[in-house]
Amino acid sequence: MRRLRVSRLLLAGFAAVVYAFLLLPLLIVFPISFSSAQYLQFPPPGWSLQWYERYVDSPNWLEPTWLSLKVAVATMVLSLLVGVPLAFGLTRARFWGRDAFEKLTAAPIIVPTIVTSIALYGLFAQLRLIGAWYGIALAHTVLALPFVIVLVVAGLRDFDLNQELAARGLGASRWQAVWHVTLPQIRPSLVSAAFLAFISSFDELVVAMFLGGANMTLPKKMFDNIRMEIDPTIAAISSLQIVLVCALLALATRFGRGAGMTDR
Amino acid sequence: MTRARQVHRRAVGSALALSVPAMILLLLIFAVPLLRLLALSIEGGSLAAYEKALGSELYVQVFLGTFKIATLVTLLTLAMGYPVAYLMATSGRAWQFLGIAFVLLPFWTSILVRTYAWMVLLGRNGVINRTLVSWGVIDTPLPLLNNEAAVLIGMVHVLLPYMILPIFSAVRKVDPTLVLAAEGLGASRLQAFLRVTLPLTMNGVVAGITLVFTLSLGFFITPALLGGGRVVMIANLIEEQVRELLNWAFAGALSTILLVLTLAAFWGISRLARTRPA
Repeated sequence: MRRLRVSRLLLAGFAAVVYAFLLLPLLIVFPISFSSAQYLQFPPPGWSLQWYERYVDSPNWLEPTWLSLKVAVATMVLSLLVGVPLAFGLTRARFWGRDAFEKLTAAPIIVPTIVTSIALYGLFAQLRLIGAWYGIALAHTVLALPFVIVLVVAGLRDFDLNQELAARGLGASRWQAVWHVTLPQIRPSLVSAAFLAFISSFDELVVAMFLGGANMTLPKKMFDNIRMEIDPTIAAISSLQIVLVCALLALATRFGRGAGMTDR
Repeated sequence: MTRARQVHRRAVGSALALSVPAMILLLLIFAVPLLRLLALSIEGGSLAAYEKALGSELYVQVFLGTFKIATLVTLLTLAMGYPVAYLMATSGRAWQFLGIAFVLLPFWTSILVRTYAWMVLLGRNGVINRTLVSWGVIDTPLPLLNNEAAVLIGMVHVLLPYMILPIFSAVRKVDPTLVLAAEGLGASRLQAFLRVTLPLTMNGVVAGITLVFTLSLGFFITPALLGGGRVVMIANLIEEQVRELLNWAFAGALSTILLVLTLAAFWGISRLARTRPA
């Protein structure tokens, strides 16, 4: 039994190193974001809120932030509006080509984002949609759709259809049965799907870089800024984003089903 | 027509109706533009763009370099990810929850934020160099950024959760009594792991490898920022062709090649896994 404990300890030590590797970069941006230095310096010579002030006071940063939020909310709403009915369609009936179609909905994940981006860039340029926020939202919806479908399909496959049939038998219309019985039951899947759609759009750079034109989303603005100089304003924004992810992740864990890939 | 068939027809009809909005969206905003791009690469029936891409030493080097980086990232994430996933899946509830949180937090943090953090850590005046200099370990800062090693570190950081999560759920499904049975029948702990746990978790390993390798092939942000222009992967080449040179035929050809490589990797890995002797 002694050797067993030793191997387990070694494993735990190795895992601790890997966790440190995963978390260290996230933790390092916090002290830098509170630095009083005028440029990137470590350890910070003193503390201040100047980089947060610079972010909050600058329209150059706030406008991209609002644009990204607008696009992310639109993506979330649109991908649920389109994805949830599709998930019902895929789980409620057998029709010719159904399995093939279900696999095909995963294609936007497999095709490299750069390829999708320039393909859409070519099309949107002809349609004069470059720079339109809803153009970015449409493209982000296509990228978010596979996640939404996987989660909602899993939720619907676990749902006992007899509950819906019972509601119908008791006089509910088809729509009432779905609205009052089915959707509340699969709420955890819907919450996770909404979370995934929102965050995947809010963080997305490559598509927005091509389709945004002169309009900057937050990731695009950050990318340009990082390329030119490593300015601690990015550290402040990064810290805020990490806090946002923690909050959303906590909410999704509380109300959703295992954020994405860990369910079952 | 019987009542049952009528009901079935209605169900199929409404299922198709429910799928229509998503189908239209995927068709117009995904399939059509993609096919148009692929068509651009053979505009006028000429294969010149492909000859240029596959015939020149310069571009072949980029393809090979991309494959090399993807392979290294896959091996590194597997070596780091399997033990962690195994430990996580065989721990008690509290440790398991903590482990998942530690993996999901970076997973959901923007790639841009994480790449920026690595620039802060690895830069000439970055955290690691400053610390080493102040400890007196080195006199002059080490060149940690703007090279292939930096790109590898950044990519492993981004892709590690894609390896850990599928292996974690595969290990969690292994019935612990099987391992106990093997040990009861005289297998050592290592033998029980190699002969029972590992084969039973191969589907998770294959899923992880497939995800990490195919995602690596299309990486753009990390090489662009951590490679400092010295590490060019296929995606960076495509971006340059479109944005700076407006060479759509060549960009279309490169995209087609990248897409074919990705699909081939996707198909090839799962096929290899299936023919692997159990």
